Amino acid sequence: MLRYILFRILQVIPVLLGTTFLIYFMVFSMPGDPILALFGDKTPSQAVLEEISRQYNLDKPFIVQYFLYLGGIFTGDLGITFSGQQVTDVLARTFPVTIQLALMAIVIELVLAVTIGLISGLRKGKLFDNVSLIIGLVMMSVPIFVIAFIAQYFLSIKWGFFRTTVGPGAPIQDLILPAIVLGVSLYATSMRLTRASVIDTLNQDFVRTAYAKGLSRNRIIPVHVLRNSLIPTITNTATNFGVLMVGATVTEAIFNVPGVGNTLFKAIRLGENSTVVSFVTVMVLIYLFVNLFIDLLYAVLDPRIRYA
Amino acid sequence: MKRSRIGLGVIALAAASALVLSGCSSSGDDTKGGDAAGIITVNGSEPEKGLIPSDINEVGGGRILDAMFSGLYYYDAKGNPVLDAAESVETTDSTVYTIKLKPGQKFTNGDPVDSDSFVNAWKDAAKFSNGRLNSSWFENIVGFDGEKDSDLTGLKVIDETTFEVTLKSAQSDFPLQLGYSSFYPLPKSAFDADGNVTDDFGQNPIGNGPYKVADDGWTHKVKIEMLKNEDYKGGREVQNAGLSIIFYDSLDAAYADLLGGNLDVLDMIPDAAYAKYKEDLGDRWINQPAAVFQSFTIPERLEHFSGEEGQLRREAISLSINRPQITDKIFSDTRTPAVDWSSPVINGYDEKLPGNDVVKYDPERAKELWAQADAISPWSGKFQIGYNADGGHQAWADAVSNDIKNTLGIDASGAPNPLFGDFRQSITDRSITTAFRSGWQGDYPGLSNFLLPLYKTGASANDGDYSNPEVDALLEEGLAAPGIDAANEKFHAAEAILFKDLPAIPLWYQNAVSGYSESVDNVTIGWNSVPLYYEITKK
Repeated sequence: MLRYILFRILQVIPVLLGTTFLIYFMVFSMPGDPILALFGDKTPSQAVLEEISRQYNLDKPFIVQYFLYLGGIFTGDLGITFSGQQVTDVLARTFPVTIQLALMAIVIELVLAVTIGLISGLRKGKLFDNVSLIIGLVMMSVPIFVIAFIAQYFLSIKWGFFRTTVGPGAPIQDLILPAIVLGVSLYATSMRLTRASVIDTLNQDFVRTAYAKGLSRNRIIPVHVLRNSLIPTITNTATNFGVLMVGATVTEAIFNVPGVGNTLFKAIRLGENSTVVSFVTVMVLIYLFVNLFIDLLYAVLDPRIRYA
Repeated sequence: MKRSRIGLGVIALAAASALVLSGCSSSGDDTKGGDAAGIITVNGSEPEKGLIPSDINEVGGGRILDAMFSGLYYYDAKGNPVLDAAESVETTDSTVYTIKLKPGQKFTNGDPVDSDSFVNAWKDAAKFSNGRLNSSWFENIVGFDGEKDSDLTGLKVIDETTFEVTLKSAQSDFPLQLGYSSFYPLPKSAFDADGNVTDDFGQNPIGNGPYKVADDGWTHKVKIEMLKNEDYKGGREVQNAGLSIIFYDSLDAAYADLLGGNLDVLDMIPDAAYAKYKEDLGDRWINQPAAVFQSFTIPERLEHFSGEEGQLRREAISLSINRPQITDKIFSDTRTPAVDWSSPVINGYDEKLPGNDVVKYDPERAKELWAQADAISPWSGKFQIGYNADGGHQAWADAVSNDIKNTLGIDASGAPNPLFGDFRQSITDRSITTAFRSGWQGDYPGLSNFLLPLYKTGASANDGDYSNPEVDALLEEGLAAPGIDAANEKFHAAEAILFKDLPAIPLWYQNAVSGYSESVDNVTIGWNSVPLYYEITKK
């Protein structure tokens, strides 16, 4: 097990080198001159343009920029944004907010998915099952910004249950509404996975054996059925976490969350190479570690899965 | 055994999330300033550069600078310059200006506002290797060099409160520019040993204006808190306790906050709310023209657009656009059809300029002119208007092309470029092969600012490479004229020629569309579409 974990952690190194290189290359090849864009509809003289590009290393060839960036990483210097802030500060300010939002959304998603999925699976074909499937289908097909706008309009502007947008410092109570929106928009897939897998497990021999042994339903459902049904749900949730880190951009914009999605989007538009690459790198790291964590969780859920 | 392992997993998960959750929120809740007595909450956006006055050219940073600095002048609601830190600005020949400051003024850190604080700030702004975004503002001062470091020898300190500016050529509207943020003074503490403004100052700026940044007031990406500066003695007397400028990434979020009561003043209404903002806000909205002129440019180098043929075709295209219909249908009257080359809030705006018939909708005449042009050389190919797709221009570009298509019977359409940077580059290096969106937001409320940079031969924003010696001469004469009114007369003559040549097709002025909450009063929008924050009172 320990060797496996070590191996997985070592895997991170080539993955990180590869992704930073690719991302740097892609941002570098983006059309248009980011410094020129800073001037709006005005055009500066060529000399001024070159001077500013030089200050941000944008005049250098791609490979030199990349190695300057890599060199910076080892000294803890990820460069500065156009507005003069350290990229490390920007990372430290935005990631906690988004991770907090993502975790809250995941908790909401899991609670919804597992309870509804379990009940649906146990009552296959009954009214509850059909209704929940229809609602799930609706939630899956409605775009997230629609859910967000409706929730914002009714729950906060109209009825005043929540603050309309996330206030300064992103306090936890302000994040509840965006987290609900994210959770609700994601739960349907996990719910269907749980449901399918509960139905599948109910037909397994070991469940029949358990009943035959005379075990009570209260013991069979949580311990034997649910536990064995959770693996696909957990996998899906892990992917969702990655999706949430970036994919929350729309929701972050609607609720003005000072998080990763918003910042990354703006950095891409401004062509701030160092910000974009640093953000993506951290996201890759999170993705890798969440996947590792989930793999380890498998072993807890299903003892048959063991890593030599 | 098995059961406990599940339990362990669940507990670990719960503990991990609890740790992260609590860890994050603990840093948050310390700010409760929003509704503190007399603090006005307004919308804004995170500055794109550090807050050094000469390095900011966008509205997000600009509104913060204008609130926290007092320049030689400020502009009132109508765009008239009013003396602020200066006592007088005098000249006899429009070339040498003597500037006297009011005595005894201080920055909020105690540094004096003296001649040096202006001269040193301007020298830093003009220094080539500093690469300030607004350095070109100083190019007419003697000693300026746009290609290497040089000393601004045109600036001379006479005594503590008097300094002299010598320009390379006469410029009658120079005083009009002096309210622009590039010309703000900076305290001694802003400079390093070499006389350059430090990056650190850009993160912790200190001003001399009606407001000061509160301690730790700038939470990046979130907001900036400003308090009334009791030491400020200028004309912008602050009627509230302070400002909380909230940064929004999307206008929709800001609008939701306005409706939800978390925001007092919003200076722009999102496109999506055009249809219903009046209903949403009752009588708490403002819709008035602002200093933004929008147009599209058809460069002469495009096939069929040079010489007499080009002139006929430009005129025909302009006549085939039904501006009132588009501003009504697409913009719900949040744009005002253009009738001159500046904007109604600009000193020198004139709606009776000769030749401005060309912006009226006249499809019959358009067809005639187009046919005349066809007689010179038959039309071929298609007509496209380039725009940047990240800026909400698609709707009007399509509508305008449709009008052209329907009137002239040619293949016309919008041509999106994905990113603004990309769009600007293709315009700057002249590789764009279509007509393209152009526009101008006034930096200061002077007519020359809407003409010189755009239509003078070789000017910095003359992206269509328009050149007419007659116009050049009139613009020069205007600059050298003895006063603003005499200058505007020359500028008007130049505008009349522009209506004939149509270096750009005028479309409309962008309005300042704003809304405010029930808890504030006295909301007036300035000439530059930013509310006059200092006048706003809290109920």
